Amino acid sequence: MEMWRQVFQYKESLFREGILDAQFTQLQQLQDESNPDFVAEVVSLFFEDSERLINDLTRALEQKCIDFKKVDAHVHQLKGSSSSVGAQKVKNACITFRNFCDEQNIEACFSCLQLVKQEYLLVKNKLETLLRMEQQILAAGGAIPMIE
Amino acid sequence: MKMRIILHLSQENDASQMVFTKSSPWAFLELHQWSYSTEKGHEQREEPTSWPVSGMGAHRFQGLVPDLVHGTYSFLGEGERRGMVFSVLFFLVRRPLSSPWIFHRLLISPSPLSQSLSLSFQICEELYLLAMEPCCIEPQWPADELLMKYQYISDFFIALAYFSIPLELIYFVKKSAVFPYRWVLVQFGAFIVLCGATHLVSLWTFSMHSRTVAIVMTTAKVLTAVVSCATALMLVHIIPDLLSVKTRELFLKNKAAELDREMGLIRTQEETGRHVRMLTHEIRSTLDRHTILKTTLVELGRTLALEECALWMPTRTGLELQLSYTLRHQNPVGFTVPIQLPVINQVFSTNHAVKISPNCPVARLRPLAGKYMPGEVVAVRVPLLHLSNFQINDWPELSTKRYALMVLMLPSDSARQWHVHELELVEVVADQVAVALSHAAILEESMRARDLLMEQNVALDLARREAETAIRARNDFLAVMNHEMRTPMHAMIALSSLLQETELTPEQRLMLETILKSSNLLATLINDVLDLSRLEDGSLQLDVRTFNLHAIFREVLNLIKPIASVKKLVIALNLAPDLPEYAVGDDKRLMQIILNVVGNAVKFSKQGSISITCFIVKAESLRDLRAPECFPVPGDNHFYLRVQVKDSGSGIHPQDIPKVFTKFTHSQSLAAGNSGGSGLGLAICKRFVNLMEGHIWIESEGHGKGCTAIFVVKLGIPESLHESKLPFVPKMTRNHRQTAFPGLKVLIIDDNGVSKMVNKGLLLHLGCDVTTVSSADECLRSVSQEHKVVFMDVSVPGIDIYEVAFQIREKFTRCRERPFIVALTGNTDRVIKENCSRVGMDGVVLKPVSVDKMRSVILDLLEHGAVFEAH
Repeated sequence: MEMWRQVFQYKESLFREGILDAQFTQLQQLQDESNPDFVAEVVSLFFEDSERLINDLTRALEQKCIDFKKVDAHVHQLKGSSSSVGAQKVKNACITFRNFCDEQNIEACFSCLQLVKQEYLLVKNKLETLLRMEQQILAAGGAIPMIE
Repeated sequence: MKMRIILHLSQENDASQMVFTKSSPWAFLELHQWSYSTEKGHEQREEPTSWPVSGMGAHRFQGLVPDLVHGTYSFLGEGERRGMVFSVLFFLVRRPLSSPWIFHRLLISPSPLSQSLSLSFQICEELYLLAMEPCCIEPQWPADELLMKYQYISDFFIALAYFSIPLELIYFVKKSAVFPYRWVLVQFGAFIVLCGATHLVSLWTFSMHSRTVAIVMTTAKVLTAVVSCATALMLVHIIPDLLSVKTRELFLKNKAAELDREMGLIRTQEETGRHVRMLTHEIRSTLDRHTILKTTLVELGRTLALEECALWMPTRTGLELQLSYTLRHQNPVGFTVPIQLPVINQVFSTNHAVKISPNCPVARLRPLAGKYMPGEVVAVRVPLLHLSNFQINDWPELSTKRYALMVLMLPSDSARQWHVHELELVEVVADQVAVALSHAAILEESMRARDLLMEQNVALDLARREAETAIRARNDFLAVMNHEMRTPMHAMIALSSLLQETELTPEQRLMLETILKSSNLLATLINDVLDLSRLEDGSLQLDVRTFNLHAIFREVLNLIKPIASVKKLVIALNLAPDLPEYAVGDDKRLMQIILNVVGNAVKFSKQGSISITCFIVKAESLRDLRAPECFPVPGDNHFYLRVQVKDSGSGIHPQDIPKVFTKFTHSQSLAAGNSGGSGLGLAICKRFVNLMEGHIWIESEGHGKGCTAIFVVKLGIPESLHESKLPFVPKMTRNHRQTAFPGLKVLIIDDNGVSKMVNKGLLLHLGCDVTTVSSADECLRSVSQEHKVVFMDVSVPGIDIYEVAFQIREKFTRCRERPFIVALTGNTDRVIKENCSRVGMDGVVLKPVSVDKMRSVILDLLEHGAVFEAH
């Protein structure tokens, strides 16, 4: 019970802080008996994707002659993934990143990249914690608290 | 003409025998006087003496000379006309004077048809005393050889003449075609023949003749007498006829003269007619006003041989006549004549040509040289017809009374007079000129109208092109601004909010909050402006769907409550009991409207309460509506929702009410209440309300008395409740509906692994059979008849989804079993929607997609074949 309340509060805080949004709730709703690990799978896929994309972005921005189109494409992908998962802050950062990409503002892009990385690490951290906690609850035989 | 007249005279006491010789008609008379004594057998002859008696015909003797031994004779001859009775009168003065006058008259009547008056009498060498009666001469003396011979000859010739004359008559009459009085001729012939016979017979009577001869002579004479009397009697009848023939001849001559005259007239008229035709032809061959008038004057001058021909036109003011055209004058400028002259009025009052005096001002065109007598002058009016005179039904009534004056002058000193046919010609020409002028005027008008129309056309065309350019420019501008304005705003807001999360000093936080608030306001403003332009563009369409009506109001209430409680305002919401729970319409915009109205109410009320009342408009309450142009007619599948928001705030002056809905206007009183809004809110509301086929208005009694905002909108009644999906209300998401799509084959095209997985999970959750591909080729390869829906992410790079959609359509047009194609996009731009529908896609869905959204999308597809909502 304590654990449940902790998880609930944690989740609530994540939503409140805007790290996650309603999409994540949707994801959780999709998880049922036929698909018990849906969320975990999606999240891990998200982590892989994001890391790859961020590395690509870093490399692309380190080029002498930056191909903004490619950068834009990567950011677009990242935005898509993050919005599918519900990582709101990452998504917002990506949106900002894309705008600066359109302007071809190198300085701003760099700072955005840093922001994106930061957000991503944050959300990764939080999600991993959350999932772990939820696993513990499930293991204990409880139900995952849902936030509306 | 020689005539010898021998007169035998006898007297009682004395005898004078004279012989007259007349050698030429009026020459002189030779008198030969013989005298002898009356002693028997003793003859004495004196020397003849001749007196020239000269002079003209009627020569009367004046002044007797009583002591003449000889007598003096004169005679009175009458005329030398042929065929006339010729009588000779002469007086005899005998000596001594005391003896009475004796005059003898000798009647010489040659035959009436003779050609000459050559009568000669025998010359007597010796004259004998005759005892005679005053009238007749009877030769009782014994025959004298010479005399007899001559008498014979002359009688013979007379008879000859007498016989030949009828022959001539017959011959000539036979030659001539017609002679009505043949029997008269016969009579006359008989008479002449008998006369001739008489003369012939008298040949025998000069000498001693027997009794037979005397009898024959008598018979002849008797017959002659009878016939001549008969002829005379006949002539009594005939001569009137003959005279009447003469009269008839005279009459015919007169008639012929008359006919000649008439023919002359007709010829003149025909010539006139020809002239008129030619004139008319000349006049009508041109539509130019000046040419018409000039030609008229020239031709008239030529036809009628005028000295001067002038046209006076009325000036613009209509008070004067101005000399406009003349035939001979070269510079007809400056002459004006007031129009009210009596002579002009006289001419204008009739449509005939009127003779006027050459001294009146209109006719005095040149300075008169003193000795000339000016020719006659005629003036005629020329009606100037206006376009407006030509009514469809009537011939132009000459009610305009605008006339020009045409003055025609005959040459001076020519003694010519205006003839009737010339006047008629002038009148006809004046009419023709009027018609020609009006034609010219009509043509001018129509040309001018046409030019005007063309100019207007050109101007309109230009204006249209300019307007189109302006619209295009605006649209481009909007399209650019749409993106350009939102982007920085977004960036500003995003970064400010991100900044808010960081460590800040309280002042910095305050400043940041202000920045954030301002940028939020600005974002709202930009959205409003863009919305409004889209509204005005007409490109905004309502997103109609089913929604929960009650929930909207509750939401509004929730949003307003915090602000209201800050201001200590009481908000009351009254929903009518018959208000349906669900309605069909654009809920987002409806909420915008309600929010705006309620927000205004809150904004402008410093204290008091705000009440929101909503109910359905009934037909009976139509009369209550103050808005005159609003006629809501509830029907079967729609109803009219009426919302009243009453506040107890500052109120609006009734005069300002209309301005409230105008864009960007702020009345001063509103500004007093710390209005932070642009002037756009109510304008946008009004546009939305109009789009919803409703009406919005404000009632207020004045300052400080609060105001009521009322709007009526048309909403649809949802057909069936089970169809209503309510993604708006989150409570429903907890109920997992029975998925209606077991085994539905679906294809997803997406290259983003995460989102692909998420969507796949979604669809799997809904029970579909999902296939995922990440490229166009794979898609085209994998798509088959069994797939019912194809979801395509528009932002997949390297794939032209439109092309893919097109190819899928192509692939399946034959089978008619093609799958539904739905695009997933993060951008709700209308352009993408249009492109998708153009390509043949069945729907556009906005990412991120929730379970319920996906469910409703698929339901829509399966039931309606298209996706109705886009978010």
